[in-house]
Amino acid sequence: MTLRLPTGGLIDRSKPLTFTFDGKPHTGYAGDTIASALLASGTRILGRSFKYHRPRGLWGAWVDEPNAIMNVTLDGHEFPNCLATTTYLQGGMAARAVNTWPSARFDMKAGLDLFHRWFAAGFYYKTFMWPDWHLFEPLIRRMAGLGAVSPDHLDTYTSDQTHDRCDTLVIGGGPAGLAAAEAAAQSGQDTLLIDDHAQLGGTAHQLPQIDATPTADWIAQRQSAIEAAGGRILTHTTAFGIYDHGLVGLAQNGPFGTAPRLIRLRAARIILATGAIDRPLTFANNDRPGIMAVAAAAEYLARYATLPGRQIALLANTPQADTLAAQLTQAGAQVTHVDPAQSPLSARGGKRLKALQAGDRTHPADTILASGGLTPLVHLWRHAGGSLAWCDRRNAFLPGTPPDNMTATGAANGSFETDEALEHARATGQNTPAKRPDPKHHITPHWPAPGSKGRQWIDFQHDVTLKDVELAARENYTSVEHLKRYTTLGMASDQGKTSNMPGLAAMAAIQGRPIPEVGTTTFRPPFVPVPIEMYHGAHTKQLWNPLKRLALEPQHRAAGAALGEYGGWLRPGWYGKGDPVQQAQTEALMARQTAAIFDASPLGKIEVMGPEAEAFVNFIYYNTIATLKPGKIRYGFMLTEGGAVFDDGVIARLDANRFVISCSSSHVDSVRTHLEAWRQDGNDPDRIFIHDTTQHWATLTVTGPRARAILDTLDLDTDDFPHMSLRETSWQDTPLRLARVSFTGDTSFELSIRASKAPALWSALLDAAKPLDAGPIGVEALSILRAEKGFLMIGKDTDGETMPHDLGFTAPRQKKSTPFVGDRSLHTDKANAPDRKQLVGLTVPAGAPPLPTGAHVVTDDEIPRSLGYVTSSYLSPTLGRPIALALLENGTDRMGDTITAWHLGETRQATVTAPCALDPEGARLDA
Amino acid sequence: MQIFTCPFCGPRDEREFHFAAEAGKTRPDTTRQIDPETWATYLHAQRNDKGRTREVWMHLPCSELFLMERDSVTMEVFSTHPLRKEPQ
Amino acid sequence: MTRYSAFTLFREGLRGHKGWSKAWRSPEPKPEYDAIVIGGGGHGLATAYYLAKNHKITNVAVLEKGWLGGGNTGRNTTVIRSNYFYPESAALYDFGVKLYEGLSRDLNYNIMFSQRGMIVTAHSEHDMEMAARQTNAMRLNGVDAELLDRDQVLKRIPLANTRPDCRHPIHGGVLQPRAGTGRHDAVAWGLARAADSRGVDIIQNCEVQGFITEAGRCVGVETSLGPIRAGVIGAATAGHSSVIAQMAGLQLPITSYALQAFVSEPLKPVMDTVWLAPPFATYFSQSDKGGLVIGGGLDRVPSYGQRGNLPMQETVLAGLAEMVPALAKVKLLRHWAGIVDVTPDSSPIIGPSGLDGLYLNCGWGTGGFKSIPVGGWLLAHLMATGRHDPLSQPFDLTRFPTGRLIDEGAASGIAH
Repeated sequence: MTLRLPTGGLIDRSKPLTFTFDGKPHTGYAGDTIASALLASGTRILGRSFKYHRPRGLWGAWVDEPNAIMNVTLDGHEFPNCLATTTYLQGGMAARAVNTWPSARFDMKAGLDLFHRWFAAGFYYKTFMWPDWHLFEPLIRRMAGLGAVSPDHLDTYTSDQTHDRCDTLVIGGGPAGLAAAEAAAQSGQDTLLIDDHAQLGGTAHQLPQIDATPTADWIAQRQSAIEAAGGRILTHTTAFGIYDHGLVGLAQNGPFGTAPRLIRLRAARIILATGAIDRPLTFANNDRPGIMAVAAAAEYLARYATLPGRQIALLANTPQADTLAAQLTQAGAQVTHVDPAQSPLSARGGKRLKALQAGDRTHPADTILASGGLTPLVHLWRHAGGSLAWCDRRNAFLPGTPPDNMTATGAANGSFETDEALEHARATGQNTPAKRPDPKHHITPHWPAPGSKGRQWIDFQHDVTLKDVELAARENYTSVEHLKRYTTLGMASDQGKTSNMPGLAAMAAIQGRPIPEVGTTTFRPPFVPVPIEMYHGAHTKQLWNPLKRLALEPQHRAAGAALGEYGGWLRPGWYGKGDPVQQAQTEALMARQTAAIFDASPLGKIEVMGPEAEAFVNFIYYNTIATLKPGKIRYGFMLTEGGAVFDDGVIARLDANRFVISCSSSHVDSVRTHLEAWRQDGNDPDRIFIHDTTQHWATLTVTGPRARAILDTLDLDTDDFPHMSLRETSWQDTPLRLARVSFTGDTSFELSIRASKAPALWSALLDAAKPLDAGPIGVEALSILRAEKGFLMIGKDTDGETMPHDLGFTAPRQKKSTPFVGDRSLHTDKANAPDRKQLVGLTVPAGAPPLPTGAHVVTDDEIPRSLGYVTSSYLSPTLGRPIALALLENGTDRMGDTITAWHLGETRQATVTAPCALDPEGARLDA
Repeated sequence: MQIFTCPFCGPRDEREFHFAAEAGKTRPDTTRQIDPETWATYLHAQRNDKGRTREVWMHLPCSELFLMERDSVTMEVFSTHPLRKEPQ
Repeated sequence: MTRYSAFTLFREGLRGHKGWSKAWRSPEPKPEYDAIVIGGGGHGLATAYYLAKNHKITNVAVLEKGWLGGGNTGRNTTVIRSNYFYPESAALYDFGVKLYEGLSRDLNYNIMFSQRGMIVTAHSEHDMEMAARQTNAMRLNGVDAELLDRDQVLKRIPLANTRPDCRHPIHGGVLQPRAGTGRHDAVAWGLARAADSRGVDIIQNCEVQGFITEAGRCVGVETSLGPIRAGVIGAATAGHSSVIAQMAGLQLPITSYALQAFVSEPLKPVMDTVWLAPPFATYFSQSDKGGLVIGGGLDRVPSYGQRGNLPMQETVLAGLAEMVPALAKVKLLRHWAGIVDVTPDSSPIIGPSGLDGLYLNCGWGTGGFKSIPVGGWLLAHLMATGRHDPLSQPFDLTRFPTGRLIDEGAASGIAH
């Protein structure tokens, strides 16, 4: 039985669309929503309730619909939890009601309703405790939930994100919003009007004419006037939240299945013209399919040319209901007006509605249209911090004290009739203060009647009834937030748009308190559910956290490098396609036997300059830097003010007033911020300058017994150039900074050159290395080389508690006389404690596998206690045995002791040694 | 998303800023004896005012520290001032 | 008080649920109590409950400025866990988990502790080394822990991102099988009901506005309902601890931040564990109702505004879509924020406040919910005996001058 009228509506009858619902084919038109197409086809049952699996039809026509939720499949992709009333129909859609099987009409779980008396509010808090909740939980979880997520990964989840601004944002393109936007634009304000429907007009479509102009023409006139005055209009766009500093979140919807565009909008002024929604009447069996909001029926009639039914009982006392009754009658429906003040009221019928019982009268009906009055949509008002004021005449919460720069108009402001709203809207648009018009009609309250008979629904989706509210009151869950959380009233996917008012009115009635005293729950964003992908933007895949790239990346790739992430940089881990562990061994051995080239470009190069630079770095460093001579380099630590080692590395002095800090590769940004913070705190910032040049220079390290030979080939002079010196020279007419520092224990040179010149230097070094059987090495080999020497890696061989004296650097703590960052913290009880964890080496016999990194050193007690942990562990190809570093409680006093290493319950023995396992005398440094 | 006004760069997105410290803390002279409580107070104690606050922030792109007065409940920003001395 | 059981539920179902008694009374405050607990959230209610249960002190008032459980207790992501590195933390939080394991039956209120496990994933070889260090530490501390490889993680989280272009692919992870989630409101209500039944007065809409001191000792509080005196006072006012401290003339090592949480529309079950992926700064679980309960890091601006802001929302939700691309089309239903006390070492403060007669339970940062029973247990012990339980001793305020911070962040190699 079709309920579609032969003419009218905003649908395009030249474009029929076929789709299925619960497997059954249907036809609708372009411009329909899934809900309107199904309603027109006479389909009554569009879903089931969450708890009792009661059959449900349409209550609303837009975002306030609590029942018709569907998984929709289009083009092979399934989208969960689509609201049928806001999902515009597309041909080929396959919709299925969620949480039903096999269909909404015949649902296997419908029998649950027979046991409803035991599923009252909060029943689960009172049982399932014995023997254990986890025994019951899996079944309950399977019963709960709405739509299922299809596991196929979607590749189309990148959404646009844009920023925008305007003088005046008008939210809502109904009569009031259109009038306000027109007035705003014409008074010279940069105006943006948004509406969440695909077409402007809002409730205007329900009226034959406005201002003596046919409605369609009136809307078109407003639209062209707004655009002619320079205003912009965005349809199908929802303002989902207002955030700090007036930021408005807009979701601009595209075709079905695509991500909405997130627009972060700032408006000097916001006009709220979001309209109002009908609230349900609370009476027995008020959840039956066929009971619909008056406002929804008006929308279905106006937009979709669809009757809600043929035999209609109209249970409302609003002027809007009178208008609708006339229109429905004219369209051929049989309408009986019933006063909601009669009691008791009850709906008769099951899956099909049969009648409305009002007092002792039975009104046969296939449809009941109900309204308990209108509730302004004030969500955004509340997000922005506006207050609400109760209005007895309208029986509704209206906007009260406004938030900054926001004004409400139209139905959102309590003006439910278009003519009375327009004048206020125009004044508001012009930014002229206007008084809220007095309502022409007073709404007689029809609130839930506590103690009345029958099952009366308050929250349709969550199956919260009046008895549940009474139970909550009986058990003293009377605060409106307790009521919500205990009964789950208002927590369904419509977030209480239909249920909050009846719910708090019921609580007010039970307690004999006025409604405003009970108050509302907090209005939280988003106004309607928005897909997670909208927040995601382009912030995806590799762009989630972009890697820093080396200037020499193409050369490394050409050399067969296996690139991986090390401290935020994409770096060669090793070269060649062999087994990574073996490859690193081979490279490390080569470095010890001949020479190796290593790309150290990520090493920090932060310059500190100025007449007070010396005093400043002396304050920043744990070590004394003031005595460092120009052309010399020193190893040292920076500490936090809490005394923990923050970074390690070398600092070079270029001249009296210029230093270069070579911090750890992954710490450059944090060290720079650390330096800046101290520079500007307690120092004269005009006499110290900090400049991060890390990425201006590429740095190539040449290390190994034949390192000098390689530099000789490049005509770089290394005579009279002792360890820990720096020389500014040039290569191929390009400045080159040559430093003698060693992270391997072998003779090493760091060559820093302008990044654009790095490829030439790289080729020259490789060419020079080749005849010596030397070549490039990656980070993995370097990690072995430095561990053989006991050189630490910050964050790996130290943790956030490590202090410099735990690493064997005790002198400044005892002797440095000038202040430095963290100085006082090195003398707390904890810093002086005898049980500090100190960096040591661990050895196991040759032939044994390396200790697992992350293994703990434990006591031999029955219940072992952790004494520390292995921080680095490798097989040393040079020594031919495993080596390891560990942070060990009181480690320096345990040298030579045999300790127990514990890993996932397995134990092994190891011997405590000094951290340095190779060439402790340092003979290789000048070999 | 809040907008803070860097005294050097103008109004910018809050994501460009880093909260450094409450205003008004002075580092004790560590060349003298400092009792543990005094040092701990300097390191850790916070007024953590609910309402009007005075804080030091860093604008990360320009690295300048500045003073910001704002409300920690409403998020209203009252003023921002450079910390460095104005040129004479 | 009606005892809750399957039998009473069945009986009440037959007679229209008319026989249930009030879960708690709404008494007028008396002029004086043996003990006052400021804050009617989980920690405050647990303190009152354990004062009554463990120490037989029942002349107790809990003063709550709003509705009970309305602060962070009702705003968190309900995770309960004890996957901690340092022995002091592990001992504290694991006792908390143990109390939770018996709490439903102890309170006769189903708090739905669902021990579905929690996985912290590792996303590099360095992460795997730290995961091994963490797993070993937990097991040596007596906490259950398993080191998982990639396949073991994917078996438990079948929807996890395995695409080759994922920025932080899963290498493995640390599982704590006994961790899980609970029903946050039920914890507050169950504790309130149990404390009330032992005689505790829970007074809602009663805001503490100052302390009454005599001879340097705190002897009562000024409230919006008038002065109330007490032998001993405990404060459990997370998020507003500094405000209470200022009333007592104290400054705490605490900064308040907003911590956001998010819930999606209900879905059929997609994941039966709690998953934290550190490089995506996001974690989530699925509630029994079916909603994804999602959380992440703190907002970047110190705040007392109990609302969320877009920058962190975008980070957290984008992180979720990277963790599980199949969830990108799922819709966000609601988001909100609580105000958390952040201490320098992210460990709580339990102990004397510095004002005689006033004890503190605060500084729980982002982890207050999981410590509700243990936090209440320990504050009750302090209030009843004037001495620390050995579990709370390391968390005394004296750890700041002695430098004995308990910094779990430090254990992961971060100096901050």
